[in-house]
Amino acid sequence: MDILADLATPIVMGILLGGLYAVIALGLSLVFGVVKEINIAHGDLVILGSYLGYVAMSVIGIDPIISLVIGMPLLFGIGFVLQKYILNRAFKISMDATLIIAFGISIILQSAYQLIWSPMSRGLTTSYALESFTMGPVRFPLTYLLDFIIAIFVMIFLREFLRRTYLGKAIRAAAQDRKTAHLMGINTDQVYAYTFGISMVFAAIAGIFLGLTFAFTPVSGMSFLIIALGVVVLGGMGSILGTFIGGIAFGLAQTLGGHFFGLAAQMLVAYTMVLAVLAVIPRGIFGR
Amino acid sequence: MPEEILLNVNHIDAFHGSFQALWDVSLSVKPGEIVAIIGANSSGKSTLLDTISGLVHPARGSIEFEGQDISRLAPFKIVDLGICQTPEGRGIFPDLTVLENLTLGSYNPKARPKRTQNLREVYSLFPILEERKNQLGKTLSGGEQQMLAIGRSFMSNPKIMLLDEMSLGLAPILVNELYRVLREIRERGITILFVEQNVRRSLTEADRAYIMEAGRVVLSGNTAELREEESVKKAYFGA
Repeated sequence: MDILADLATPIVMGILLGGLYAVIALGLSLVFGVVKEINIAHGDLVILGSYLGYVAMSVIGIDPIISLVIGMPLLFGIGFVLQKYILNRAFKISMDATLIIAFGISIILQSAYQLIWSPMSRGLTTSYALESFTMGPVRFPLTYLLDFIIAIFVMIFLREFLRRTYLGKAIRAAAQDRKTAHLMGINTDQVYAYTFGISMVFAAIAGIFLGLTFAFTPVSGMSFLIIALGVVVLGGMGSILGTFIGGIAFGLAQTLGGHFFGLAAQMLVAYTMVLAVLAVIPRGIFGR
Repeated sequence: MPEEILLNVNHIDAFHGSFQALWDVSLSVKPGEIVAIIGANSSGKSTLLDTISGLVHPARGSIEFEGQDISRLAPFKIVDLGICQTPEGRGIFPDLTVLENLTLGSYNPKARPKRTQNLREVYSLFPILEERKNQLGKTLSGGEQQMLAIGRSFMSNPKIMLLDEMSLGLAPILVNELYRVLREIRERGITILFVEQNVRRSLTEADRAYIMEAGRVVLSGNTAELREEESVKKAYFGA
């Protein structure tokens, strides 16, 4: 019984944290599944969302979650323009060109954050960010629960959007068969720009909840990109449910790894698990 | 009055990377015609359709549709103008339903207002599609997928339909049915340009035909005359 109670904390924490990872990874997964681009700048764009929340809170004085009303359309616009005017062109040259450009965007963003907000670590320290709650024998930060709830909400939203709206259907069509999408008169460049924009809406949301959960610095984007890549690869590229399950698996590996082998080893355990899963199922858990 | 030409391909060359797939190809289609492009595998037939559709841009020469040069336009703009290709292998979106596949055919702005009307027409041409409308594309049989592909092109409200190897891998009775529907589609004022490996079939279904070999047009004319042509008989009918 003691062992179970002991394990309850890392297990519940891992699952809840997995929700945050899933939201961070969702935009990456969407762009990979549809446009077939690996957006190396995704983590830094998520951090842009965190900084926007920080500005909203410290300068304007509004709650970071409410600031999403501005943050989401703003990041949508940035994503749309990036894809339409830069990445779509690079894509016609080669896959590598988009990778290199995204890498360049990543470096530019990190440097800009250093200049504007200094290398100091920041956090979205709202009153509720410090709250905690108790469930049975375990105590959790409230933000972890919020992360998980928002993850479920965002996943269902994306699923329904792709299923029910005409744009969603066009996005799925372009993902499934690019050549036929062209022949059916679908302006794929436009569809990819919308897709990237939508992935940035998720980045804005992820950025806020990341900032509520963890402190962040100008270079945090890179470590969260690597986590997101692990999640996406684990769950199967381009699958929504896969991203969710991948996030939870990654969160669990991290917290359980920390529990058994110490905090220093938690990421080592998580990535070893990614590698082990891929050795057995190279396409990921929900890959096609 | 000068003879009206709907689609005019003027001396085009086209490449796949460094491989030249089309050599000085010319072709014209008049409104209301059914025209066949005949040839063996890799004779350039599909590349010709892809060049008209804007997937490949010609290196030399031009393509005009209703007098407008379309050889540099993006594929979606060409669909807007009224040219829709049904690709070889059908190109059904596998994880979309039949109805979703059909509605995506009407993506271009001119076809959207006519979606309901065109959908009703497609269902009357292919009643099976209405029965299967909520099934995923990948669950259909080959023949049903081809019907869906043709129906989806019809949804784009085309002036001309380009069909690439529509009878490939299908039972003759199904192919008869598809050609019957094509004639019905032509009755509705839609011009048809199709690519086909089956020479006998092409020469009976089409009004005119172009015969291609190794990326060049080697022979063309009315199908009635081509059927009597000695070289055609020798090469394709073994007579």
